[in-house]
Amino acid sequence: MSTERSHAVGEHPELPPPSTEVGIIGWVRHNLLSSTTNIVITVLTIYFLYVIIPPMLNWIIFDAVFSADSRDDCRAIAKAAGHEMGACWAFIGKRFEIFVYGFYPVEERWRINLSFILMLAALVPVLFDHVPNRKQGLWFSLAAPFIIGWLLLGGMGLEPVPTDKFGGFMLTLVIGVTGIVGSLPIGIALALGRQSHMPALRMVCVAFIEFIRGVPLITLLFVASTMLNYFLPPGTTFDLLLRVLIMVTLFSAAYIAEVIRGGLQALPKGQIEAADSMGLKYWQSMRLIILPQALKISIPGIVNTFIGLYKDTTLVIIIGLFDPLCMGRASLADTKWQGLSTEIYVFVAIFFFVSCFSMARYSLYLEKKLYTGH
Amino acid sequence: MAATETSSSSNPSLFYRLFFDKELRSVTIQVITMALIFAFFFFIVNNAITNLEAIGKGYSFSFLWDASNYDINQTLIEYNSRSPHWRAAVVGLINTLLVAVAGIILSTIVGFLLGVLRLSSNWLINRVVYVYIEYVRNVPVLLHILLVHGIVVNTLPIPKNAMMAFDGTLFLTNRGFYTPKPLFEPAMWAVLIAFVIGVGFTIWFKGYAKKVQDATGKIYPVLWISLGAILLFPIIVFFLAGVPLTLEYPELKGFNFKGGLVLRPEFVALWLALSLYTAAFIAEIVRAGIQAISHGQTEAAFALGIKPSRTMSLVIIPQALRVIIPPLSSQYLNITKNSSLAIAIGYMDIVATIGGISLNQTGREMECMTIVLAIYLAFSLMISAFMNWYNKRMKLVER
Repeated sequence: MSTERSHAVGEHPELPPPSTEVGIIGWVRHNLLSSTTNIVITVLTIYFLYVIIPPMLNWIIFDAVFSADSRDDCRAIAKAAGHEMGACWAFIGKRFEIFVYGFYPVEERWRINLSFILMLAALVPVLFDHVPNRKQGLWFSLAAPFIIGWLLLGGMGLEPVPTDKFGGFMLTLVIGVTGIVGSLPIGIALALGRQSHMPALRMVCVAFIEFIRGVPLITLLFVASTMLNYFLPPGTTFDLLLRVLIMVTLFSAAYIAEVIRGGLQALPKGQIEAADSMGLKYWQSMRLIILPQALKISIPGIVNTFIGLYKDTTLVIIIGLFDPLCMGRASLADTKWQGLSTEIYVFVAIFFFVSCFSMARYSLYLEKKLYTGH
Repeated sequence: MAATETSSSSNPSLFYRLFFDKELRSVTIQVITMALIFAFFFFIVNNAITNLEAIGKGYSFSFLWDASNYDINQTLIEYNSRSPHWRAAVVGLINTLLVAVAGIILSTIVGFLLGVLRLSSNWLINRVVYVYIEYVRNVPVLLHILLVHGIVVNTLPIPKNAMMAFDGTLFLTNRGFYTPKPLFEPAMWAVLIAFVIGVGFTIWFKGYAKKVQDATGKIYPVLWISLGAILLFPIIVFFLAGVPLTLEYPELKGFNFKGGLVLRPEFVALWLALSLYTAAFIAEIVRAGIQAISHGQTEAAFALGIKPSRTMSLVIIPQALRVIIPPLSSQYLNITKNSSLAIAIGYMDIVATIGGISLNQTGREMECMTIVLAIYLAFSLMISAFMNWYNKRMKLVER
């Protein structure tokens, strides 16, 4: 044997780590079975998963029926296949368009599709840095809300559609996106007002924020739907959707304001003093020094508030707007499909999970991108 | 002096200074703001008065003393459809408080458990809890409530085939959960008094033990002595008083159970959904709180020779609580506010009684909404007051 020595004379050669410490076995030993408590927890968890997961998968996928014409049909198909009836997804498939478009006139639905594409296109330059022609793109993003509003509402050459035809996921998006777009600037203004040196301004902002944060959104929506008309000049009527939009925006603005106030308070005082000593005016120092830093700190809170707002759009069902849940329930009135409420809830839950989870992921990406180490 | 004179002589106009002088401008802005706010309030109040007059309604709370003419399915105090509206409001308020307090207790327990498990070195439980938290946080609470309500009502059996648990002391049915109802006899007062004495003694003893420890270094077993005073003492009194307690068992009569304590399905659904939803948020708060305490704290405490249990109770928990409690209390407020979603499944809380049925029956939108908003604001101000008190107390501890 003429192998080269890989170690000095008098030393033992390096042995490979024992097989129980590396690879899958090592990983399992370290992460699942490292102590008695851990073994107990692992066994209990596996048992729990065993109890929960198979029935759930059966219901959602293996026993589910994906195409049928009625609930009885679903049951018959499941019986013919020789298993219990799982979810009857055929119902969701048949009513999919109602879920998405609400009562929007069928021949005008292209406008919703176009608006959706425009919204995505407008989001790209806002959300991501490295897109070609970002500057022109941002101008487009600024104009997009007006174009989308015109497309959805009609008028000026398009068939007008009253807002009580809005419904389904489209309504969720309208309320959610309007609330998000509107509440950020109002929230920033409120936060700055609350930090202001002018007592009167500060008082007004504090009173507004504390009032809004002190009451549930649902009561504010009740106020919007039942008594807002009393506060308007006699004879004026006010679109219900618009009232809801205003309330949702103000509601989330108050929460945004508190989040941003946290960011403002976290900044060292030296920052504003430095800006002052450079001779910057109030708005200049806010725009160039304070807000960029404060907003960066507040990103997780802001996104959380947005997610909260987006989830809260489901509450409009209680004052009679047609959100996806409501559309689902309306479809249940059809005798062919009675009793399938769980399918609706799960379907809507998946929709919300996907949108909210991606928002949360984007916020993590943004945090990482803006992280400068100090 | 000269500089001011030149600047004032170059811009002598007061009007100009009102908008461009830094000091005066802030006054101008504030005056304009207040004027706008007052004008706005004057405008809407004026509109409200005109509108109310036009339809012949005043703004008065006298309707609160009229008979309510509706029934409430869960009443903890005496109430029937001949009771006045204000009593319906009180019933609703108590129901709100009941579900809020029960939810706070359950969500705290589950939330702390999940938060600790999320930090566990066991990969499997860590992932399972992560998936649970992400699922719960990204789905609207209203959906959770409807889903749990659906499960309770659709999958639990009818009373005739009730699911039995704990040897016939708990019956699960789709009409509600039935348990034996404790009936107290007058001698129960003695037990209550014993309990109050035990709590009072514990408070005094804690202070005394601390004083002794500060002066001499002697440590009393405070935990055991307080447990004895709070639990054991009332239990002994309970038996000495001759067990002044009987249980009324629920019995199946006809189509439903009679007697016993019933948790209605709406309450159960709302309670579970709110608790499990909020528990996910509390878990994240607890995790952040524990992670915020640097490992050096534990090591320093061990280096000083402090026992692991006392390290936990004297070093880690007090510091973690300072991070945990502020967001925790806002979660408690959230439970209280989210309980207003009860209306979606027919649990009769304050919004559903005075803000729902009473409002629709009497047509007194203004007055009813004022009451509801005032009650929620009062809750929120109380929690804020507690928070401020707590922050101040914590600040004293900080250096």
